Amino acid sequence: MIELSNIVKSFGKQTILHNVSLSVKKGEVVVIIGPSGAGKSTLLRCINKLEDIDSGEIVIDGERLTRDKKQIRKLRAEVGMVFQQFNLFPHLTARDNIALGPTYTLKQGKANIDKIVDDILFKVGLLEKKMSYPGQLSGGQQQRIAIARALAMQPKAMLFDEPTSALDPELVGEVLNVMRDLAKDGMTMVCVTHEMKFAREVADRVIVMVDGRILEEGTPETIFTNPREERTQSFLRSILQKN
Amino acid sequence: MDFHIVWVYRHLILQGFLVTVEISAMTIVTSTIVGLIAGLLKTSKHKWLISPIIAYVEIFRGSPVLIQLFMVYFGLPYLGVSISMFNAVLLVFTLYSGAYIAEIVRAGIESISNGQREAAMTIGLTYSQMMRKIILPQALRVILPPLFGWYISLLKDTSIASVIGYTEMVFQGQNVINMTDRPFEVYLTVAALYFIISYPLSKFVDWMERRRAYA
Repeated sequence: MIELSNIVKSFGKQTILHNVSLSVKKGEVVVIIGPSGAGKSTLLRCINKLEDIDSGEIVIDGERLTRDKKQIRKLRAEVGMVFQQFNLFPHLTARDNIALGPTYTLKQGKANIDKIVDDILFKVGLLEKKMSYPGQLSGGQQQRIAIARALAMQPKAMLFDEPTSALDPELVGEVLNVMRDLAKDGMTMVCVTHEMKFAREVADRVIVMVDGRILEEGTPETIFTNPREERTQSFLRSILQKN
Repeated sequence: MDFHIVWVYRHLILQGFLVTVEISAMTIVTSTIVGLIAGLLKTSKHKWLISPIIAYVEIFRGSPVLIQLFMVYFGLPYLGVSISMFNAVLLVFTLYSGAYIAEIVRAGIESISNGQREAAMTIGLTYSQMMRKIILPQALRVILPPLFGWYISLLKDTSIASVIGYTEMVFQGQNVINMTDRPFEVYLTVAALYFIISYPLSKFVDWMERRRAYA
């Protein structure tokens, strides 16, 4: 579904990603972990071209990405993205946040959109917040609406960029539950997260990134109980101490 | 003080008042269009578009509008371009005010976080959909108070056109003074008439800013 080969990305003189290759199968849930500054978010943002890559190749669902604006827009419509800071549109209700993509990008009729919105709000458990503005919602609710907004595009894959890092601890659970349900439904997912329990439970594969490189990867079982690399061990120790 | 004499020449002052309102209203419309376009272009990613816009904005903000008016009205005919007084005033105030409005618009657009742009892109919106549905509606709340503040300045700045003989309110006031020799009363009247328009506008700006603070 997602094929990254030899991705190189630098900001100015600093190289953030060194020849990173990663392949995600349809329906697979891949969790990327690693210390901050490892390039996890940048890698995720390269997948839907929020960042231009310096070299390498990205193939999404069999289609090789170019710099063509139309193609990039089409790709973005097919790959959902959830941000750490939610990035909901504050001047629009939950309904309109969700309906925007289907209306303008998918060009759906109104009746169809009302159904899409209701179905998805039900899925994330926020049907009663349909007419609320983002400012009237808690962080956890906002992030669930943001997930709903991405899902409304009926994406082939979802990217999560530290979706719970900006949340108060007691609100993390509700967002992870929605993500868990998504994974169960067979959604292809790539998540950057520090939620190790979630990674362990939901991931098919865990990728450890350090200094712009993939250090090691494997099943959650292997990575969490029997990591090969010393850097992975020390990273996991530091995370576990924090929790 | 003798305001009776002002009352006698009221039709001249009123005529000037109407011309002032007219040229202000017209330049508000034209310069808002110019400023909006220039401001939008200034936030675009195309470097070759940005440089000429920067030059335009800096030149018109960096020189006195009086000199701009002199150059267009008295200077252009020497280059073989004849321009009527009205057109000169309209052109100069449109470009002058457009330069300021471009900066107000640019600042408003740039105040919207990049996350909003990225979120709009990830749901596949085009640049123009993103601008119309996401960025501008939010930026407008930032733009409107300084924009109306600028309109107040522009209203008063049009008095400068009296210097080249444009028959707006100050020019007509000077006519009345020439006939009556009562500068204090006439200027006070003229000032009061400016105040009558600008004060409600400035109250409106206050109201918008209060509303923004709560929202």
